[in-house]
Amino acid sequence: MSSHASRMVERPDDLDAWFDRKFEQKMAEREAAHVPSMTIIATKGTMDMAYPPFILASTAAALGWDVSLFFTFYGLNLLKRDLDLKVTPLGNPAMPMKMPQGPAWLQGKELSVPTSVMSLMPGFQNMATNMMLKTIDKKGVARIDELRSLCIEAEVKLVACQMTVDLFDYRKDEFIPEIEEWVGAASFLPRAQTADVNLFI
Amino acid sequence: MTQQIHTLDARGLNCPLPILRTKKAIANLSSGDVLEVTATDPGSVKDLDSFCSQTGHQMLSSDATDDGGFVFRIQKA
Repeated sequence: MSSHASRMVERPDDLDAWFDRKFEQKMAEREAAHVPSMTIIATKGTMDMAYPPFILASTAAALGWDVSLFFTFYGLNLLKRDLDLKVTPLGNPAMPMKMPQGPAWLQGKELSVPTSVMSLMPGFQNMATNMMLKTIDKKGVARIDELRSLCIEAEVKLVACQMTVDLFDYRKDEFIPEIEEWVGAASFLPRAQTADVNLFI
Repeated sequence: MTQQIHTLDARGLNCPLPILRTKKAIANLSSGDVLEVTATDPGSVKDLDSFCSQTGHQMLSSDATDDGGFVFRIQKA
Protein backbone atom coordinates (compact mmCIF):
# COMPACT_ATOMS: atom_id res chain seq x y z
CA MET A 1 0.00 0.00 0.00
CA SER A 2 2.73 2.42 0.98
CA SER A 3 4.90 1.59 -2.07
CA HIS A 4 1.91 1.98 -4.34
CA ALA A 5 1.13 5.37 -2.81
CA SER A 6 4.69 6.58 -3.27
CA ARG A 7 4.64 5.57 -6.98
CA MET A 8 1.47 7.58 -7.39
CA VAL A 9 3.20 10.58 -5.89
CA GLU A 10 6.40 10.08 -7.91
CA ARG A 11 4.85 9.75 -11.31
CA PRO A 12 3.52 13.25 -11.69
CA ASP A 13 6.92 14.54 -10.57
CA ASP A 14 8.64 12.55 -13.32
CA LEU A 15 6.12 13.75 -15.80
CA ASP A 16 6.64 17.34 -14.74
CA ALA A 17 10.40 17.01 -15.01
CA TRP A 18 10.09 15.34 -18.42
CA PHE A 19 7.71 18.02 -19.63
CA ASP A 20 9.96 20.83 -18.35
CA ARG A 21 12.96 19.34 -20.16
CA LYS A 22 11.00 18.81 -23.35
CA PHE A 23 9.46 22.27 -23.16
CA GLU A 24 12.86 23.95 -22.71
CA GLN A 25 14.21 21.98 -25.64
CA LYS A 26 11.27 22.81 -27.91
CA MET A 27 11.38 26.48 -26.96
CA ALA A 28 15.13 26.62 -27.68
CA GLU A 29 14.56 24.99 -31.08
CA ARG A 30 11.81 27.45 -31.81
CA GLU A 31 13.93 30.40 -30.79
CA ALA A 32 16.85 29.23 -32.92
CA ALA A 33 14.60 28.86 -35.96
CA HIS A 34 12.89 32.22 -35.43
CA VAL A 35 13.78 34.94 -37.93
CA PRO A 36 13.30 38.31 -36.21
CA SER A 37 11.09 40.72 -38.10
CA MET A 38 10.45 44.45 -38.04
CA THR A 39 7.92 46.77 -39.57
CA ILE A 40 8.40 50.51 -39.75
CA ILE A 41 5.91 53.19 -40.72
CA ALA A 42 7.76 56.13 -42.30
CA THR A 43 5.62 59.26 -42.33
CA LYS A 44 8.13 62.05 -42.84
CA GLY A 45 9.69 63.22 -46.08
CA THR A 46 12.57 65.42 -44.95
CA MET A 47 16.23 64.49 -45.17
CA ASP A 48 16.75 64.31 -41.41
CA MET A 49 13.69 62.13 -40.88
CA ALA A 50 14.69 59.85 -43.77
CA TYR A 51 17.67 58.57 -41.79
CA PRO A 52 16.02 56.59 -38.97
CA PRO A 53 13.89 54.29 -41.17
CA PHE A 54 16.61 53.59 -43.74
CA ILE A 55 19.39 53.14 -41.15
CA LEU A 56 17.32 50.80 -39.00
CA ALA A 57 15.98 48.85 -41.97
CA SER A 58 19.36 48.34 -43.64
CA THR A 59 21.01 47.39 -40.34
CA ALA A 60 18.25 44.97 -39.37
CA ALA A 61 18.53 43.36 -42.79
CA ALA A 62 22.28 43.00 -42.23
CA LEU A 63 21.51 41.20 -38.97
CA GLY A 64 19.36 38.77 -40.93
CA TRP A 65 15.98 40.23 -39.97
CA ASP A 66 12.95 40.31 -42.19
CA VAL A 67 12.07 43.99 -42.65
CA SER A 68 9.10 45.82 -44.14
CA LEU A 69 9.03 49.59 -44.55
CA PHE A 70 5.59 51.10 -44.97
CA PHE A 71 5.61 54.62 -46.44
CA THR A 72 2.66 56.90 -45.91
CA PHE A 73 1.89 60.60 -46.26
CA TYR A 74 5.10 62.63 -46.62
CA GLY A 75 7.10 59.46 -46.15
CA LEU A 76 6.22 58.59 -49.73
CA ASN A 77 8.64 61.33 -50.74
CA LEU A 78 11.43 58.92 -49.76
CA LEU A 79 10.44 56.57 -52.57
CA LYS A 80 10.62 59.10 -55.40
CA ARG A 81 12.89 58.27 -58.33
CA ASP A 82 14.47 61.71 -58.02
CA LEU A 83 15.30 62.05 -54.36
CA ASP A 84 15.38 65.76 -53.63
CA LEU A 85 15.12 65.77 -49.85
CA LYS A 86 15.39 68.99 -47.91
CA VAL A 87 16.02 69.78 -44.30
CA THR A 88 14.84 72.93 -42.61
CA PRO A 89 15.57 74.57 -39.27
CA LEU A 90 12.03 75.99 -39.28
CA GLY A 91 10.06 74.38 -36.47
CA ASN A 92 13.21 72.45 -35.62
CA PRO A 93 15.00 74.61 -33.05
CA ALA A 94 17.30 71.79 -31.93
CA MET A 95 18.93 71.56 -35.37
CA PRO A 96 22.56 72.65 -35.06
CA MET A 97 23.44 75.39 -37.51
CA LYS A 98 27.18 75.06 -37.89
CA MET A 99 29.24 75.92 -40.94
CA PRO A 100 30.80 72.71 -42.30
CA GLN A 101 33.44 74.71 -44.20
CA GLY A 102 34.94 78.17 -44.51
CA PRO A 103 37.54 79.90 -42.36
CA ALA A 104 38.60 78.11 -39.19
CA TRP A 105 37.08 80.72 -36.88
CA LEU A 106 33.67 80.17 -38.43
CA GLN A 107 33.72 76.37 -38.74
CA GLY A 108 31.81 74.48 -36.10
CA LYS A 109 30.50 77.72 -34.62
CA GLU A 110 26.82 77.80 -33.89
CA LEU A 111 25.06 80.63 -35.78
CA SER A 112 23.41 82.67 -33.05
CA VAL A 113 20.33 83.71 -35.02
CA PRO A 114 17.04 82.04 -34.02
CA THR A 115 16.10 79.44 -36.62
CA SER A 116 12.66 81.04 -36.96
CA VAL A 117 14.33 84.26 -38.13
CA MET A 118 16.82 82.45 -40.40
CA SER A 119 13.98 80.65 -42.09
CA LEU A 120 12.47 83.92 -43.30
CA MET A 121 15.43 84.43 -45.63
CA PRO A 122 14.66 83.32 -49.19
CA GLY A 123 16.73 80.30 -50.19
CA PHE A 124 17.52 79.48 -46.60
CA GLN A 125 16.14 75.96 -46.80
CA ASN A 126 18.41 75.15 -49.74
CA MET A 127 21.38 76.60 -47.93
CA ALA A 128 20.62 74.57 -44.79
CA THR A 129 20.21 71.45 -46.95
CA ASN A 130 23.57 72.04 -48.64
CA MET A 131 25.25 72.61 -45.29
CA MET A 132 23.78 69.36 -44.02
CA LEU A 133 24.91 67.42 -47.11
CA LYS A 134 28.45 68.76 -46.77
CA THR A 135 28.53 67.78 -43.09
CA ILE A 136 27.17 64.33 -43.92
CA ASP A 137 29.86 63.75 -46.55
CA LYS A 138 32.60 65.10 -44.30
CA LYS A 139 31.64 62.78 -41.44
CA GLY A 140 31.42 59.64 -43.58
CA VAL A 141 27.67 59.29 -43.05
CA ALA A 142 25.87 57.66 -45.98
CA ARG A 143 23.57 59.73 -48.16
CA ILE A 144 19.93 58.69 -48.24
CA ASP A 145 20.03 57.39 -51.83
CA GLU A 146 22.91 55.09 -50.83
CA LEU A 147 21.06 53.78 -47.75
CA ARG A 148 17.94 53.26 -49.84
CA SER A 149 19.92 51.25 -52.42
CA LEU A 150 21.43 49.18 -49.62
CA CYS A 151 17.95 48.45 -48.29
CA ILE A 152 16.79 47.34 -51.74
CA GLU A 153 19.88 45.19 -52.17
CA ALA A 154 19.24 43.60 -48.75
CA GLU A 155 15.66 42.78 -49.79
CA VAL A 156 13.95 45.13 -47.37
CA LYS A 157 10.32 45.17 -48.49
CA LEU A 158 9.23 48.65 -49.55
CA VAL A 159 5.49 49.08 -49.25
CA ALA A 160 3.67 52.25 -50.28
CA CYS A 161 0.37 53.67 -49.11
CA GLN A 162 -2.17 53.71 -51.93
CA MET A 163 -4.33 56.37 -50.29
CA THR A 164 -1.46 58.88 -50.21
CA VAL A 165 -0.95 58.58 -53.97
CA ASP A 166 -4.62 59.36 -54.56
CA LEU A 167 -4.65 62.11 -51.96
CA PHE A 168 -1.69 64.04 -53.36
CA ASP A 169 -2.34 63.17 -57.01
CA TYR A 170 1.00 61.46 -57.39
CA ARG A 171 1.73 59.33 -60.44
CA LYS A 172 3.12 55.87 -59.79
CA ASP A 173 5.85 56.40 -62.39
CA GLU A 174 7.32 59.11 -60.13
CA PHE A 175 8.38 56.33 -57.77
CA ILE A 176 11.11 53.70 -57.87
CA PRO A 177 10.07 50.37 -59.41
CA GLU A 178 11.35 48.40 -56.41
CA ILE A 179 8.18 49.17 -54.44
CA GLU A 180 6.80 45.75 -53.63
CA GLU A 181 3.16 46.72 -53.37
CA TRP A 182 0.69 49.55 -52.99
CA VAL A 183 -1.61 48.79 -50.11
CA GLY A 184 -3.74 50.16 -47.32
CA ALA A 185 -3.87 49.85 -43.55
CA ALA A 186 -5.57 46.46 -43.63
CA SER A 187 -2.63 44.96 -45.48
CA PHE A 188 -0.04 46.50 -43.20
CA LEU A 189 -1.60 45.50 -39.88
CA PRO A 190 -1.41 41.70 -40.23
CA ARG A 191 2.28 42.05 -41.05
CA ALA A 192 2.80 44.32 -38.03
CA GLN A 193 0.86 41.90 -35.85
CA THR A 194 3.45 39.16 -36.20
CA ALA A 195 6.53 41.40 -36.24
CA ASP A 196 8.86 41.51 -33.26
CA VAL A 197 9.53 45.23 -33.63
CA ASN A 198 7.11 47.90 -34.82
CA LEU A 199 8.20 51.50 -35.21
CA PHE A 200 6.37 54.64 -36.20
CA ILE A 201 8.69 57.33 -37.53
CA MET B 1 40.61 23.36 -45.73
CA THR B 2 42.88 26.39 -45.55
CA GLN B 3 41.64 29.39 -43.67
CA GLN B 4 41.69 32.54 -45.74
CA ILE B 5 42.23 36.00 -44.25
CA HIS B 6 40.31 38.78 -46.01
CA THR B 7 40.43 42.48 -45.26
CA LEU B 8 37.86 45.24 -45.30
CA ASP B 9 38.70 48.91 -44.96
CA ALA B 10 35.76 50.68 -43.32
CA ARG B 11 37.79 53.66 -42.11
CA GLY B 12 36.11 57.03 -42.41
CA LEU B 13 32.67 55.44 -42.59
CA ASN B 14 29.98 56.07 -40.03
CA CYS B 15 26.98 54.12 -38.68
CA PRO B 16 25.57 51.92 -40.15
CA LEU B 17 28.02 51.60 -43.06
CA PRO B 18 30.75 49.59 -41.27
CA ILE B 19 28.12 46.94 -40.39
CA LEU B 20 26.60 46.90 -43.87
CA ARG B 21 30.02 46.60 -45.56
CA THR B 22 31.01 43.84 -43.12
CA LYS B 23 27.84 41.91 -43.83
CA LYS B 24 28.43 42.23 -47.57
CA ALA B 25 32.09 41.22 -47.35
CA ILE B 26 31.42 38.23 -45.11
CA ALA B 27 28.74 36.92 -47.46
CA ASN B 28 31.42 36.19 -50.06
CA LEU B 29 33.64 34.19 -47.70
CA SER B 30 33.68 30.50 -46.92
CA SER B 31 32.82 29.19 -43.48
CA GLY B 32 35.87 29.46 -41.20
CA ASP B 33 37.45 32.30 -43.17
CA VAL B 34 38.47 35.39 -41.24
CA LEU B 35 37.57 38.95 -42.14
CA GLU B 36 39.82 41.66 -40.78
CA VAL B 37 37.91 44.93 -40.57
CA THR B 38 39.58 48.27 -39.95
CA ALA B 39 37.32 51.12 -38.85
CA THR B 40 37.39 54.56 -37.26
CA ASP B 41 33.77 54.75 -36.05
CA PRO B 42 33.86 54.29 -32.22
CA GLY B 43 30.27 52.96 -32.40
CA SER B 44 31.46 50.04 -34.51
CA VAL B 45 33.06 48.41 -31.43
CA LYS B 46 29.73 47.57 -29.83
CA ASP B 47 27.82 47.35 -33.10
CA LEU B 48 30.11 44.71 -34.61
CA ASP B 49 29.88 42.71 -31.36
CA SER B 50 26.12 42.85 -31.64
CA PHE B 51 26.31 41.95 -35.35
CA CYS B 52 28.33 38.85 -34.47
CA SER B 53 26.03 37.69 -31.68
CA GLN B 54 22.99 38.14 -33.93
CA THR B 55 24.43 36.46 -37.00
CA GLY B 56 26.46 33.72 -35.30
CA HIS B 57 29.84 34.81 -36.67
CA GLN B 58 32.65 34.84 -34.14
CA MET B 59 34.53 37.94 -33.02
CA LEU B 60 38.06 36.61 -32.61
CA SER B 61 39.55 39.91 -31.53
CA SER B 62 38.58 43.55 -31.24
CA ASP B 63 41.39 46.04 -30.66
CA ALA B 64 42.07 49.75 -30.70
CA THR B 65 44.98 50.78 -32.92
CA ASP B 66 47.63 53.38 -32.17
CA ASP B 67 46.21 55.81 -34.70
CA GLY B 68 42.84 56.00 -32.92
CA GLY B 69 41.13 53.40 -35.09
CA PHE B 70 39.95 49.86 -34.52
CA VAL B 71 40.71 46.47 -35.96
CA PHE B 72 38.34 43.53 -35.72
CA ARG B 73 38.91 39.91 -36.68
CA ILE B 74 35.68 38.09 -37.44
CA GLN B 75 35.42 34.42 -38.32
CA LYS B 76 32.60 33.40 -40.56
CA ALA B 77 30.24 30.84 -39.05
